[in-house]
Amino acid sequence: MKKYYLGVDLGSTTSKAVIINEQDEIIGRGITNTRANYEVAAEIARLESIYNARFSLLKRKIEQEKDFESLYKKYIEYIEDAFQYLQFKTRLDMLHVQLQKTAKQAFAGEIQKKITDYIDTIVKNISPLIRQEFLDGDLGAKSQFFRDIVSEKYHEEVAEFDKDYFEPLMVTFDKSITPVENELVKHNFKELVHQAMGLLNEKYADMPDSTPGNKSFHFDAELNLLKGNYKKVSESLREHIDQIAELDIHISNMTGTGYGRALLPFPEDCIKSEILCHAFGAHALFPNTRTVLDIGGQDTKAIQVDKYGLVTSFHMNDRCAAGCGRYLGYIADELSISLNELGPLALEAQKEVNICSTCTVFAGAELRELLNLGEKREDILAGLHKAIVMRALSLLARSGGVHNEFTFTGGVARNQAALKYLTEMIRQNYGNDLTINMHPDSIFMGSLGAAMFARRNIEVDLPQA
Amino acid sequence: MPDKQVAKEQSMILQKNMLARLFKELSTAKGTGKKVVYTFVPGNLSELILAFDMLPVYPEINALQSGMRKKSRDFIRDAEKAGHSEDVCTYVKCDIGMMLNGNIGPTGEKLPDPDLLLLSYTGCFTFMKWFENLERLYPGVQVAMLHTPYQEGGKITPEMVQYMVKQLKEEVIPKMEKVSGKKFDQTKLAEILENSRKSQDLITQIFDSTKNKPSPIDAYFAGVYYIGPINVGFRGTVEAVEYYQELYNEVQNRVEKGLGPVTPEGEIEEERFRLVVEGPPNWTHFREFWSLFYNMGAVIVASSYTKVGGVYDWGFRHNPQKPLESLAEYCMNCYTNLNLTQRIDLLEKCIKDYQADGFLINSIKSCNSFSAGQLFMMRILEDKLGIPVGFIESDLVDPRYFSYSNIKNRLDSFFQMLDQRKIIQKQQEIAT
Repeated sequence: MKKYYLGVDLGSTTSKAVIINEQDEIIGRGITNTRANYEVAAEIARLESIYNARFSLLKRKIEQEKDFESLYKKYIEYIEDAFQYLQFKTRLDMLHVQLQKTAKQAFAGEIQKKITDYIDTIVKNISPLIRQEFLDGDLGAKSQFFRDIVSEKYHEEVAEFDKDYFEPLMVTFDKSITPVENELVKHNFKELVHQAMGLLNEKYADMPDSTPGNKSFHFDAELNLLKGNYKKVSESLREHIDQIAELDIHISNMTGTGYGRALLPFPEDCIKSEILCHAFGAHALFPNTRTVLDIGGQDTKAIQVDKYGLVTSFHMNDRCAAGCGRYLGYIADELSISLNELGPLALEAQKEVNICSTCTVFAGAELRELLNLGEKREDILAGLHKAIVMRALSLLARSGGVHNEFTFTGGVARNQAALKYLTEMIRQNYGNDLTINMHPDSIFMGSLGAAMFARRNIEVDLPQA
Repeated sequence: MPDKQVAKEQSMILQKNMLARLFKELSTAKGTGKKVVYTFVPGNLSELILAFDMLPVYPEINALQSGMRKKSRDFIRDAEKAGHSEDVCTYVKCDIGMMLNGNIGPTGEKLPDPDLLLLSYTGCFTFMKWFENLERLYPGVQVAMLHTPYQEGGKITPEMVQYMVKQLKEEVIPKMEKVSGKKFDQTKLAEILENSRKSQDLITQIFDSTKNKPSPIDAYFAGVYYIGPINVGFRGTVEAVEYYQELYNEVQNRVEKGLGPVTPEGEIEEERFRLVVEGPPNWTHFREFWSLFYNMGAVIVASSYTKVGGVYDWGFRHNPQKPLESLAEYCMNCYTNLNLTQRIDLLEKCIKDYQADGFLINSIKSCNSFSAGQLFMMRILEDKLGIPVGFIESDLVDPRYFSYSNIKNRLDSFFQMLDQRKIIQKQQEIAT
């Protein structure tokens, strides 16, 4: 039987899980922003990473069989999207029930009737929208988290209603979302994947034979390939899917890291510091890495590593979280936009407004002041991103500087504006010859490192330099 | 200064009795007519104070005692109310807060007002401002200031010694004669200095015992108790010589038995990490801070903090034959009066001599004279010796700046880092 290893990173903002095989290759990823209960968060991330592992094993299997064309791989991605939608739908149904329950507890009489009716309308309206976004792969750069997607849609709907009901509807939502988000839902993979295929069959059955000129599909190319083919594809894949669904993904060892690590029900030698895990993960993806910068939710870590990927020294922010992911989250809230929109907006800037504040909360006040003075939102955002990067640079300097190669990890690494300014300033300060690495899996670096420690059984068999 | 719960060895009882007697004498000083000198630990002129039969009070020691007794938060609050800002040295604020609250010392007895403020070390500029403030709190008090030149050039020149001796002769000694009403007695001073030399020999050997594996002592957390007598005015007394002889015997006994250091929770059973630490400890959470180390089997084999009251590693001893010159050299040799290169050299010597696995800095938020340049020192040591380094931050006596979880988080990473280093080293040994 093949052996797999699990790494769980319980961060301050999100919890991540990664499954690797015996070659240290990532085969499963799971992430959740549930944070009320670390044990649940770890389990949600773990289950997700196992589902994801099944899909990636399926893709690998297909790749090895010559009979299958590349479009099959695309099809599997569609199934995974539909699969995720079905998971989402289960939770949305739970939220519907919870919203009704909360409304009935909190309100009485006429207002209760009104609120419960509104809730039904909201759920009825947003369900198809969400379904479409998942099935058309429209989520794109947007957050994939249940809370973020639902609350955005819910807010849009509430804005359409009578203003008198705004407050009670928002209170109902706020009281309902957390328990639903924190509930662990276990799915039967096989059943759900069959349902997902059914959904896709419906979708393709409804698909017109030709693309109307006035409508753009995100999957035109694939549509042409799949059109009329989807039944054949899905039938011939079913056998493989069933095999994968029944495959025992045996986790031989696991390691926990991140802030919540002490709360994990793992034995003591299966708990590792996140500094070591981030460094080890980054070094695994980019073996020449000597300096790692990780900007996470509440902390920024500057880490120096040796040729083995082992930490020689590190520096973290103390006492203040300005310059971390939460800072961006706070700014996004202040501007009433989603976190994922910040970076792209900042990239549209014509100039960078100088941000003086080194404090997150004061930066909020400064932001409003600058808006009042007529500065453009994107220019202010550009300045804010630059301010974050400057703080990171100071931390890097204190940790011993930047050595070739430099790898940028953590949730903030996915922010294009942060990456842009960091690259600029690193080059200014440490030279143009430096290699700067950023991996799409940057947010999973800690859990990857943890999984790698799990595979090495923590002590034995360290990597070759 | 020892804590009852640490362990009840003979040396601790001796120290406790010595301190009890000193505070008793202080509380009755106004009745007995003994004169009281307030002075600082770095570059302290204990021997001169003893020669004039006066009693010393160390405001820093009182502040750290207040920190350990959980009183510093309120004292600092009161000093802030009186106009001292958040960024001011927390020893100063704690001390001023204590005075504003009746100047009750660590034994619960009131400390007498000073008859003389003796500023014998000026490498810490804050000391000067501190006494300036005290002068206002005690109007009419006598002040003597001895300017100690910084070892900017990395050595003590004859001119620097002459400069200080001149000040001792023309400023400090006349002031002490005036306050005490006694004539300066050079023979008496020489006798006292002979005792200092003996104590210094003994304490050097005690701290050198960490060469053993396991180390019989913790040179930081227990070290701060060991330096007690030598730092609070007993250096130069027969009692101090007796104390250090007793402590030396106890430590030797541990070495012979192959025992590790004693902690508040008993002996360290397995010495897992040997560290050299730079910077003072945090006093407000001293026990918790220590536990973060002993729970991991980490033993501090040398620390720069235990050298603030005198650096004896390079052979300096008070010299009865050259009393004033050796007082001058002593002042200039205190740890914070060394330039950065000298501090690095000293730490390097400690790391090598005591075979440390790691080097750690506890950087003090409100103490610039200690903290400035620490990262630079850390980098040099890391590059030169290839030793794993760690950096944590806390404060002396302001409990607001001690974050247990932050420090624990960093120390966890640091210790795991050291563990990994050991694995690699073992693998490399097997390979070769």
